[in-house]
Amino acid sequence: MDRGVLIGGIIFGLLLAMPVILPIVGANYLSGLLIKAMLLAIAALSLDLIIGHGGMVSLGHAAFIGIGAYATAISLENGIEEILLLFLIALGATASIALVTGVLALRTSGVYFLMITLAFGQMTFFTLTSLAAYGGDDGLTLWSLATLFGSDIVQEGEGLYFFVLVILIFTWIGVWRISRSRFGRVLKAARDNPKRAEVMGYPVARYQLIAYVIAACIAGISGLLLVQYAEFVSPSIAAWQRSGDLIVAIVLGGLGSRNGAILGAFFIVIMEEFLSSIFHEWRLIYGPLLVLLVLYAKGGLSDLILPKSSGGGA
Amino acid sequence: MSFTLFLILCLNGLQYGLLLFLIAAGLTLVFGVMGFINLAHGVQYMVGAYLIFAFTALTGNFWSALILSLVMALLIGLLLEYAVFRHLYERSHLDQVLATFGIIIFLNELAKVLFGPATLTIATPEILSGSIQLTEQLRYPVYRLATIGVGLAMAIALFLTISYTRTGMLIRAGSTTPEMVAALGVNIKQLFRIVFGVGAMLAGFAGIIAAPIFAIEPGMGDNILIIAFVVIIIGGVGSISGAFVAAILVGLIDTLGRSLATELLSFVFDSSVANQIGPALASMLIYILMAAILVFRPKGLLPAKGAS
Repeated sequence: MDRGVLIGGIIFGLLLAMPVILPIVGANYLSGLLIKAMLLAIAALSLDLIIGHGGMVSLGHAAFIGIGAYATAISLENGIEEILLLFLIALGATASIALVTGVLALRTSGVYFLMITLAFGQMTFFTLTSLAAYGGDDGLTLWSLATLFGSDIVQEGEGLYFFVLVILIFTWIGVWRISRSRFGRVLKAARDNPKRAEVMGYPVARYQLIAYVIAACIAGISGLLLVQYAEFVSPSIAAWQRSGDLIVAIVLGGLGSRNGAILGAFFIVIMEEFLSSIFHEWRLIYGPLLVLLVLYAKGGLSDLILPKSSGGGA
Repeated sequence: MSFTLFLILCLNGLQYGLLLFLIAAGLTLVFGVMGFINLAHGVQYMVGAYLIFAFTALTGNFWSALILSLVMALLIGLLLEYAVFRHLYERSHLDQVLATFGIIIFLNELAKVLFGPATLTIATPEILSGSIQLTEQLRYPVYRLATIGVGLAMAIALFLTISYTRTGMLIRAGSTTPEMVAALGVNIKQLFRIVFGVGAMLAGFAGIIAAPIFAIEPGMGDNILIIAFVVIIIGGVGSISGAFVAAILVGLIDTLGRSLATELLSFVFDSSVANQIGPALASMLIYILMAAILVFRPKGLLPAKGAS
């Protein structure tokens, strides 16, 4: 059996067991932390699709989390509470914006692509801060949350926890299946040698655009769930530093590997919690740690667990 | 909307544009010559502002503080280059982004720890305080005029250096074929170090002259970094003259847009709608400009010769 599947299975098994284990050891507060980590993992998985598999380094991915979150929050404010409907709205909003920005951004590649996605991300951020009717800079507290077929099961506690976990598992399977499909292989060919892929007759730009939109949609879903979890939304979730965190997660985990994005996301959330509990100015450690990791630890966490990772890096 | 107001806005826009140029110049040179994407370049701007604050408090004199801050900005830039960046030139852009992101996190937090999270201000130096009469109704602060003058002088000096000196020639050659320049016996690593140090010092200088006008706060470099990216995309990566034109353009459009968008929109929509979308549109203007430039001239307005 593939060791990647095995490790993924162990991760999800542990996550499934957590609601049973945590009350026993008396660490209930951890489940909130785990939801946060799972949400980051969903977004990181989607970013890995374009960076790890597609080689398109986007530094504006958090914008799509923000768009998904705000589409959800605005719909909730206007009385739309069915979560399946909210999914469609969040998907529609992120997909349409990703399509427009993607067409423009993909006219370039490499560092230009990075700067342009960063600029579009920033544009989204400022647009969100100027939404005076929905809280502007300060954000918006939500008084009503989404329901599943009219039931409030997905609003808090274990219901929400399992709902997020199920979506994480679907994302995990989905991203992996995409990367193994013919579509994913063309994407990787375009990453490694765009000219050759083009010459072989593949419309590279179209493949990349589709991957970009898919990734944006998944990030939008994590934004929707973030609103449901936090009961609050503010522009800071779309800040460019959040995009940076996502990149940190996937590089830490190992680019283009099966479980890397999840491991990286959990590592970040847990380390942040741990460092900030012992040391208020934890960023003084976190920053240099990133530099050291880049300089001395290539390949990421999944390489430590799985030294001969079959998923190629960039 | 009077002519006087328009003139003031134009002068403010010009000043902002020149500030952007000082930052974008270093960024575009470092990228053009070394292919190195330095997110921490904006932090150098913040460092400059904090340095002038600290040294003004220490020496009580703006001018000696200015000299000390410039030297320190250069040294900090060179230290970062020596400790971190020189190991990254051969690495992927993703690694460069990550490591420089780590440096941003560290220096922003360090500024918060050393100086507190609140915004700080410093007084304008005495000779340059006050304002002068430009037209009958228009008085404009001397300090702002002085920054416009200094910014223009720096731009000209930089342009002449790049175009007509031996170092400038090497920089231009190094940005297209670094191997060939190295093979001809030029110490390319040292050239990189000079470019990097000068870039860091220019960004620091921008921070220094911005300090008496804008507030000094942790993270102040992050937003300006992103605007500087927009500038070098519009101007063409690696091109000093492109950066200059784009910086002035962005400075003017942003400043005018913020003041005029609501007013112009109220001609078309009723005032409540204009008040809502005006500010949003104003903050998006420069990004819209960037997108438009990308569609029509993907390499920027004045791309560097031979840049790939």
